[in-house]
Amino acid sequence: MALKLADYKTDVHNDWCPGCGDFGIVNAIQMALAEMGVQRDKTTIFSGIGCSGKTSHFINTYGVHTLHGRVLTFAQGAKIANPEMTVIAVGGDGDGLGIGAGHFVAAGRRNVDMTYIIFDNGVYGLTKGQASPTLKLGEKTKSLPSPNTNFNVNPIGLAVASGFTFVARGYSYDIKHLKDLIIQAVNHKGLSFLDVLQPCPTYNDINTRDWYAGADLVDEAQKRHSRIYKLEEQGYDPVVHYDSVPEVNEKLSQSLIKSLEWDTKIPTGVFYKNELISPYTQRLKDKIPNYYENPPAKQNISQNGKPVTDISAILDSLQV
Amino acid sequence: MSRTDFTWLIGGPQGSGVESGANIFSKVCAEMGYQIFGKREFYSNIKGEHSYFTVRICDKKINSNVNDVTLMVSFDAETIFRHYDEVVSGGGIIYDLDLEKLKTDDVHTLDEPFKERLHKELELKNKPFTIAGVLEIAKEKGVAIYPVSFKSILATLAEETENPRLKGLVRMFNVIGVALSLGLVKMPTDSLKKTIGDIFAKKPEIAKINQETANYSYNYATAKFESFNHLLTGTEKEPGTILVQGFQGTALGKMACGCRMQPYYPITPASDESVFLESNEILEVNGDRLGSTAVIQCEDEISAMGMTIGAALTGTRSSTCTSGPGFALMAEMLGWAGMNEVPIVITNYQRSGPSTGLPTRHGQDDLLFAIYAGHGDFPKIVYASGDIEESFYDTGNVFNYAEIFQVPVIHMMDKFHASSVITCKRFDPQKITINRGKLLEKVEDGYKRFAFTDDGISPRSRLGIDNGIFWNTGDESDEFGHISEDPILRVKMMDKRMSRLDLILKEIPESQLAVSFGIEDYTIISWGSAKGPILDAIDMLKKEGISIGYIQLKLMHPFPTDYVTSLLKDVKTIIDIEANQSGQLGKLFKQNVSRNIDYFILKYSGRAMTSTEVYDSLKKIVENKADKREVLMHGA
Repeated sequence: MALKLADYKTDVHNDWCPGCGDFGIVNAIQMALAEMGVQRDKTTIFSGIGCSGKTSHFINTYGVHTLHGRVLTFAQGAKIANPEMTVIAVGGDGDGLGIGAGHFVAAGRRNVDMTYIIFDNGVYGLTKGQASPTLKLGEKTKSLPSPNTNFNVNPIGLAVASGFTFVARGYSYDIKHLKDLIIQAVNHKGLSFLDVLQPCPTYNDINTRDWYAGADLVDEAQKRHSRIYKLEEQGYDPVVHYDSVPEVNEKLSQSLIKSLEWDTKIPTGVFYKNELISPYTQRLKDKIPNYYENPPAKQNISQNGKPVTDISAILDSLQV
Repeated sequence: MSRTDFTWLIGGPQGSGVESGANIFSKVCAEMGYQIFGKREFYSNIKGEHSYFTVRICDKKINSNVNDVTLMVSFDAETIFRHYDEVVSGGGIIYDLDLEKLKTDDVHTLDEPFKERLHKELELKNKPFTIAGVLEIAKEKGVAIYPVSFKSILATLAEETENPRLKGLVRMFNVIGVALSLGLVKMPTDSLKKTIGDIFAKKPEIAKINQETANYSYNYATAKFESFNHLLTGTEKEPGTILVQGFQGTALGKMACGCRMQPYYPITPASDESVFLESNEILEVNGDRLGSTAVIQCEDEISAMGMTIGAALTGTRSSTCTSGPGFALMAEMLGWAGMNEVPIVITNYQRSGPSTGLPTRHGQDDLLFAIYAGHGDFPKIVYASGDIEESFYDTGNVFNYAEIFQVPVIHMMDKFHASSVITCKRFDPQKITINRGKLLEKVEDGYKRFAFTDDGISPRSRLGIDNGIFWNTGDESDEFGHISEDPILRVKMMDKRMSRLDLILKEIPESQLAVSFGIEDYTIISWGSAKGPILDAIDMLKKEGISIGYIQLKLMHPFPTDYVTSLLKDVKTIIDIEANQSGQLGKLFKQNVSRNIDYFILKYSGRAMTSTEVYDSLKKIVENKADKREVLMHGA
């Protein structure tokens, strides 16, 4: 029996602020799961800490709400142990790019076949609006006592530089586009990263829904110009088509340059995609030939309460 | 028949093959039927600093090192300066003649505090600050001195074998040292040749050159050295004996009991275990396809712990292996595992703290930290193994505890274990049982991961199985695993989790809580690797008609108060022996048993206890001459 969108929703009460961009993201994830028809019990959502951390409780698949900054570690461990699961990790920008930045970089190097979605709003919401790693230097959101003293991290650039093999950006108020990006990310063979711009209506009074919509950018004809645009509509090709250094370098550098656009024009869509890099599970298979058929979670370890693993060859080598 | 109890010491700069020399020597002796207890000491350094290996050889089972060295072999000056005074009267020193004129100031790796102590000693005895000076002291004490030029051995050999390359091959010094020693004690040569062949089995060229060098050096010693008081000509071999390194006990235990994932971050002295697991990652499985252990090198210990938990949630038996600083980083995640009732095993090879401490040295420094690690109240098990053989079987048990009680288990090992090489009975995997507790194979509708049950343990689903959907959170949660801040539910959930502690004490058999080696008026309580030196010291005292009792504690948390209290009820004097400064077990004991420790025997110099020094302190206690705190100091 085909599953409906409603099957991917739990009845857990959602306590996000009215107008929160997070609603759009959780809806887009549920829609993407429904459209792909993923089996609920073959899917796990891992989440970090903060408002976005509650996401796993709203989705009716396995859900693991982990610790601040550490979501990728739990998710990678589970995926490596059971590679047939679909794994999506979610968390805030403070979670993933502040306290969790080390894991972010290391995850890129590993390229485990899963998806990581960052809910990017420039503030620490649950602790009442401190500056997060993506807030620009000198900006003062409303609960900051003084303007932000740190330079911002560039999530897309960091992901590309760290080795993520699918790097994209979505906008939480363009749910259909975001849903399509999530599907592409989940289907990607390797670690996919999705930076989702998400206004925090309570604490970020700079990057508001109106700001993204360009309410302040009104020309002489009294026309608004949305800041958000889609890379795919500009003929941008993010894909590394063949395994050569010039090709990879070109695609890496164009994504990096695109990632620097901000202010009046903010690109969304896929910045970079490279399926020529082996996922971590493939690297394990190269060492352990039957890894996919018999991964850690599937292995038989005992019979009638006794070990079945035969370590006698090693013991023989130690025997005197 | 006279007893053999012989200690051989080899030293040299790190990277000069001290360890492989000791491995050859140990293996030869073990092949010839002797029981071995070897221990490696080294600096936190890759090349150049002093490292040494003491190998004790006996014709009966031994559990520790002793202070006295019977024969020392050295191809560098530092070893002689640092260890000449450990060689007993009637013992011997084989040394490189070319070192004779070297002064203490020529050895840049001799640190000031040590040099000061040595100079004072040499001044007192009116000797020059040279190798010749310290050797004179040894000679006067009755130590036989065997000078030999290692370089000229190589030169002669190069000529005889027409292999000029050999001449400058100083990395053969270790093999020369080993073979000279074996020649001196008249160890039959067959086992030497065979051992070198085994060790270099994959490199026949290198095996050959080593065998030739060994053979020549061996013959040199038998022909040129004056006879030595001590001979090692072999003894009857105990069938089914293995020669095993410390970290191999837990590693082999993990393989046997079905641990299939080990994420880790490199740290001394723990990483050897993970590297060994990865080197043997493909596993033979009876009646089934091949199995494997996924060993994942992580970016830090936090990640290692997160991956271990993530893997455990899929129903995989998983663990990580670390030491104090790494374990400290894992503390937050330990609480998450406790909150979410995730069975994981953390093998903790302790070293000297605090902070970076003495990173390559021994200490049982982290008992109380392990027990209290993590914020908030949550159930966990802290379990300690006494020796390498025990650690194999205990590894099987701790994975069962983790799954039966659905708690994280911290398995306490230490550096003394990790860098010991011993002979023991071949491990028997069939003595391990595997009990996965309430792990579900099939899940019925309406599943609740944290359902309230009579025994406080809920049936456990795993990520990815049909119908088994659940949620986890580090927040307080309801039976499904969804966040809840309801005060009534909070109390019920806390009580459910914490009820595990009583259950653990009820269900784990007494034999696994603590081991009694006899109860006497004077009885030792101890934990972990102090076991070996204690057992041997007790044995030494017994020969003098002095009986000392000993309780080895294994379940450190929750503390088996009732059992320990009943064991010790008639004991007059309690002696706590452990390798830390504050007597951590003593504190734990007092907190739980409400009884004071009468004497402490502590060691925190970073070096493992010897049975000699434990014996000395115990004797002082029995003779009423001891301080309340006996602090042990032996070892360079």
